[in-house]
Amino acid sequence: MNSNLNLLIGLAMGLNLLALGSSRLPTLIRAMSAQGVILGAMPVLMDHEPDWRVALVALATIAGKGLVIPGLLRRAMRTVQIDRELEPLIGFVPSMLLGAGGAIAALALTHLLPLLPEHAGSLLVPGALATMLTGFILLIGRTKAISQVCGYLILENGIYLFGLLLIKAMPLMVEAGVLLDVTVGVFIIGIIVDRIQRAFDSLDTRKLTALRE
Amino acid sequence: MKSLLLIIVPLAAAALALLWPQNRTRPVILPVAATLHALLSWWLLLDPPTVAAGAWLGFDPLARAVLPVVSVLFLVCAWYGVTYLKLRGERPNRVFVAALLAVLGLLSAGHQARHLGLLWIFTEAVTLAAVPLLHFNGTPRAFEATWKYLLVGGTGIALSLIGSLCLGYASLYGGGGGDLTFVALISQGAGLSRPWVLIAWVLLLVGYGTKMGLAPMHTWKPEAYGEAPGIVGAILAGGVTSVAFTAILRVRAVVGAAGEGPVADHTLLAIGLFSMLVAALFLLGTRDFKRMLAYSSVEHMGILSIGAALGGAGVAAALFHVWSNGLTKGALFLSAGNIRRAAGSASMDEVRGMSALTPRSAAIFVTGMFAVTACPPFGPFFSELKVVRAALEGGHGVATAMFLGCLLLAFFGLTRVVFAIVDGRPRSATKQGGKRFVETAGVILPPLVLLGMSLWLGLFTPRVLQEVWSAAVAQLYPKP
Repeated sequence: MNSNLNLLIGLAMGLNLLALGSSRLPTLIRAMSAQGVILGAMPVLMDHEPDWRVALVALATIAGKGLVIPGLLRRAMRTVQIDRELEPLIGFVPSMLLGAGGAIAALALTHLLPLLPEHAGSLLVPGALATMLTGFILLIGRTKAISQVCGYLILENGIYLFGLLLIKAMPLMVEAGVLLDVTVGVFIIGIIVDRIQRAFDSLDTRKLTALRE
Repeated sequence: MKSLLLIIVPLAAAALALLWPQNRTRPVILPVAATLHALLSWWLLLDPPTVAAGAWLGFDPLARAVLPVVSVLFLVCAWYGVTYLKLRGERPNRVFVAALLAVLGLLSAGHQARHLGLLWIFTEAVTLAAVPLLHFNGTPRAFEATWKYLLVGGTGIALSLIGSLCLGYASLYGGGGGDLTFVALISQGAGLSRPWVLIAWVLLLVGYGTKMGLAPMHTWKPEAYGEAPGIVGAILAGGVTSVAFTAILRVRAVVGAAGEGPVADHTLLAIGLFSMLVAALFLLGTRDFKRMLAYSSVEHMGILSIGAALGGAGVAAALFHVWSNGLTKGALFLSAGNIRRAAGSASMDEVRGMSALTPRSAAIFVTGMFAVTACPPFGPFFSELKVVRAALEGGHGVATAMFLGCLLLAFFGLTRVVFAIVDGRPRSATKQGGKRFVETAGVILPPLVLLGMSLWLGLFTPRVLQEVWSAAVAQLYPKP
């Protein structure tokens, strides 16, 4: 049981590296959404007895991360006619190395944290830490708005993975709120991306420099 | 029930604003809903309800100590908003009015949230609801400000969610049954897992600190306050930041119960002083009077954080400061909005002689500037005095010296910009072609009322408010 789960988390961690290393935005979006779907399926696999609340969360996550959000992002990409991240602030190889180093550090760090016995053997915590780190690297190191949005979504994936630790104890309401906020947040970010495009004719956030001291 | 109405009334009004057909009459919904909200919140202030211990939402002493001032500030801004939106009649205001009302409703919910997850949901919702307010002007600069606000604010909100999950795990590890109300977390006390509590504290402080605008997570503030209309700046600086502050206070109480109070206080003190220092240095350099107000807001968030670090007396002083700063900043933002409209620019390189062009707004702006830099007898002087007294009683001599030094630097920075735009001869080029800005009662009275309330708060701090602040302190630091 636990080994199946760890296999999926390992897969998600591999997708982190793919996201960090690719310059093509469609690959980045695909990596992000595949990761979201894998994570969405996870709570169902964790539980032995089927629970409709858990199933609902899983379904919503898969629909959101697998269909709706990538669709929106692809539409944004088409309207602005950009499919590559050309000049990242942190290069692709350095970001991959950072991500890989972060994953190793996350594994080491997890041994220092007090964990309940049922979580001690799983990759949940290191997977979550490594995924959050990936999200941050993309947020900081990329200049195209779409890449930054993907970074934010990968960060949210990491948070979701961490939230799985608490899925039994935490009321559903908190999780539903998380999902709702993610969707709404991206929706609004999508509108903004669209507006920025109209205002600047490019999706380069480096050009957003009129406001400085 | 009344406490729920505080949330329902503005949200219902927001829905009504979305459906309202006429652009011209829609802004009237603002003062109507705001008046109802203010009446309700002051009724609850004077006649506090009993809150069930395990309730997820409730008008508890902490909500009672902060929410009424948010409500009053919003009411005055709502009246200003009617005139403002009439002046801006060319722009559709459906989303703007609805978003303002939604922010009020979600703020009321956030202040009353007694559950860790619920608090996060409402803070996140406020962040999203404020987005349409920031790009109301529709200029490229406003879009840029909105993008930065979303990126920085979104990251902050993500960090505070991770922090909330860590605090949840601290409770789970300590044998908690998954009850994440603050009451339950505090009663678990030393049973919470210490390492997880510390990780959670750092993440929550950074996360909610971003929302509050503490340095170095303040970078969204100058852009957002600089580009948004003055009314939005007033509500963000006086209302939205306060919900993040009470969130930090609530979490601080849990960390204190877990036995890590001293660590929390040290970090609050350090981040508060750092915010004041950064703000003071930027105030000496900025040339834009709306960005100046943003840095001044960062400075005052630093003061709140320092107050929160100083134990019971400091927290009471900080809650006092939430009131005095909120009202005074409101007066400054609204009068700055007038000056900005009349002058057509917010840079001190292009604006001068405003005492001749807009004498009333300029007078309010200058007086407000003295009030916010803690000149007696306005509210901020007395609240900052209380913070200083709490710091000296706590034996924080060096911190007090730094605190006063930063206040002095900020005073230099503010006077430099304010007098540069107020004094001198008006530029002949200023607004030759456009319509001349007329200082009607609708744009002068609201900032004047806020300034008057700041004065009233300083001269005659009502006894009931002092009781309310001590009650909130008693909630946060329960006697063993």
